[in-house]
Amino acid sequence: MKIHEYQAKELLRQYQVPTLQGILCSSRDQVIQAAETLGYPCVLKAQIHAGGRGKGGGVKLAKTKDEAEKLGEALLGMQLVTPQTGPEGQKVHALWVEQGCAISKEYYVGLVLDRARGQICFMASTEGGMEIEEVAKHHPEKILKEWADPAIGFMPYQARNLAYGLGLEDTVSKKLVPVLLALYQAYVHLDAALLEINPLVLTAQNNWIALDAKIDFDDNALFRQKRVMEMHDPTQEDPRELAAQHHGLSYIALDGNIGCMVNGAGLAMATMDIIKHVGGEPANFLDVGGGATQQKVTEALKIILQDKAVKAVLINVFGGIAKCDVIASGVVGAVKELGLHVPLIVRLEGTHVEAGKEILKKSGLAIIPADDLLDGAKKAVQAARSV
Amino acid sequence: MSIWVNQNTRLMVQGITGSAGAFHAEQMLDYGTKLVAGVTPGKQGQKFLDRVPVFHSVKAATRETKANASVIYVPAAFAADAILEAVNAELDLVVCITEGIPVLDMVKVKRAMAGSKTRLIGPNCPGIITPDECKIGIMPGSIHKKGHVGVVSRSGTLTYEAVYQLTQLGLGQSTCVGIGGDPVNGTNFVDVLKAFHEDPDTHGVVMIGEIGGTAEEEAAEFVRAHMKKPVVGFIAGSTAPEGRRMGHAGAVISGGQGTAKDKIQAFKKAGIAIAPTPAEIGVTYREHSRK
Repeated sequence: MKIHEYQAKELLRQYQVPTLQGILCSSRDQVIQAAETLGYPCVLKAQIHAGGRGKGGGVKLAKTKDEAEKLGEALLGMQLVTPQTGPEGQKVHALWVEQGCAISKEYYVGLVLDRARGQICFMASTEGGMEIEEVAKHHPEKILKEWADPAIGFMPYQARNLAYGLGLEDTVSKKLVPVLLALYQAYVHLDAALLEINPLVLTAQNNWIALDAKIDFDDNALFRQKRVMEMHDPTQEDPRELAAQHHGLSYIALDGNIGCMVNGAGLAMATMDIIKHVGGEPANFLDVGGGATQQKVTEALKIILQDKAVKAVLINVFGGIAKCDVIASGVVGAVKELGLHVPLIVRLEGTHVEAGKEILKKSGLAIIPADDLLDGAKKAVQAARSV
Repeated sequence: MSIWVNQNTRLMVQGITGSAGAFHAEQMLDYGTKLVAGVTPGKQGQKFLDRVPVFHSVKAATRETKANASVIYVPAAFAADAILEAVNAELDLVVCITEGIPVLDMVKVKRAMAGSKTRLIGPNCPGIITPDECKIGIMPGSIHKKGHVGVVSRSGTLTYEAVYQLTQLGLGQSTCVGIGGDPVNGTNFVDVLKAFHEDPDTHGVVMIGEIGGTAEEEAAEFVRAHMKKPVVGFIAGSTAPEGRRMGHAGAVISGGQGTAKDKIQAFKKAGIAIAPTPAEIGVTYREHSRK
């Protein structure tokens, strides 16, 4: 799960991570009031769940009341397009208006899980404000790394290694150590999946400030992070993905025209791959899960058919725990309930496959059966072309 | 022969009185697995299906039944605790089926298991099966056939697909291991490959990976350096967009890392034959193993 910058800063302040004073605004009048309160110059920052906001024109400096008014007007409600949003952009519902500060130098710090080691990796770099993936690609030596032992946590000596590694003077180095330790605490306490401060700035007065903050959370741990869960902003997500989540389905919208419904994440990905291999484009990833019930199948089909781009639907189920007859009944029920305006190709295999095929046949519905995965993909691509 | 589980494996089910645990316990009994005990705190003294004794703790179950392996079906919030209880009882093998365990719980579990004698398979996996001898997990037993192909995979149903194709072609399996779709797990590809490499009854390997992380690249390096047996690979997720978690917690391309393209390239460099589509895993193995 993702949250907004202002929410991340609110959380980090509780761990004594230094941030600037700011005010959340959702109207032009609020922006003017906030700017007057905070003083000039101040910074207007569009709150959307995507990075690259500065590049997309979503972060602006206001030096006067007049500027704050004009910028607030322009930013609120705009479709902000950044390198991470896709061409349609994301709507700006709120601005975070923040005090300005005199920056001496920008740094990068980030925490992320190192999967191979099974440990949290703490990274720091002098290349603050840059895209860290680019730094990692072209100058990997400029990213310092320390790994925290899960049994004892991130130690002060490791924070010092990073601080001195950045080539900092002693006084500012000493001031950085508690900030880094606090970030580790926040990461662990909040069940984060990614925590980035880019940039972490050293001010002209030699103080450290988290000028930006990005935290992604481990979805699996949200059950024990009630405060984080309350920060969820559904306006930032695809409504179909939200509906899918609500029904315990895993759905991701894509650009193609062949809707897919599959049991299991790996097989769902593989089904997308084979559609592409035979010349088609998948419209979505959809995993109905192991315990697919008739109701789940109906909801899944509803979500797929709501996508106007979908010209054919491929259902691929390998029954293990999920039984083919149950899936088949679900499909028949769903089609009867929803009607069918695009070709539906169904490939069933595994547990109770004969009974499942029989149910489809007896239904009298125009369902196209497929012998195997390749056959199903070919038929789906063909059907989508002929519509 | 086979790896890690066989007709002598004595299994217990942690969470045997829950709905998933009970359902699969019965399936495993039907398959012929030596299921000797169940564990549910508070239910000691009960008998599952009138024949499998239930205990309060893994230690008690081990002491009374000489069980040496466990399979876990407890809810995600309690799974880390269940794994470590099994590790503490010094079982040889723990298979964790549970999906949705917080990753920081698994980070702690992995650290706590360092140096222990217990092997953990999973979590978020279908389990492990040695056909006709021992099935531990949730895979449909009927699609398997005894034979000489080792199968290792990060996925569930995609593994069934591969196994089914092999069986249809008359190619039986020595052991099939699902290592799970989470970013931090107990047993990785290299662990399984090493075991297949050393198992005289495994004549070749099918390895099914997916996007995210670098486990497939490490596996490819092991194959290149050590393995003489034929290895066939498939990577799911060539069409997955960056930055989106494709169902499995571990299946995500981030910062340009973990792409299917990189993994396929690593496989090819290691001499692993790539199945061009998921429908051709079986035939690719048949062709490659004849060479």
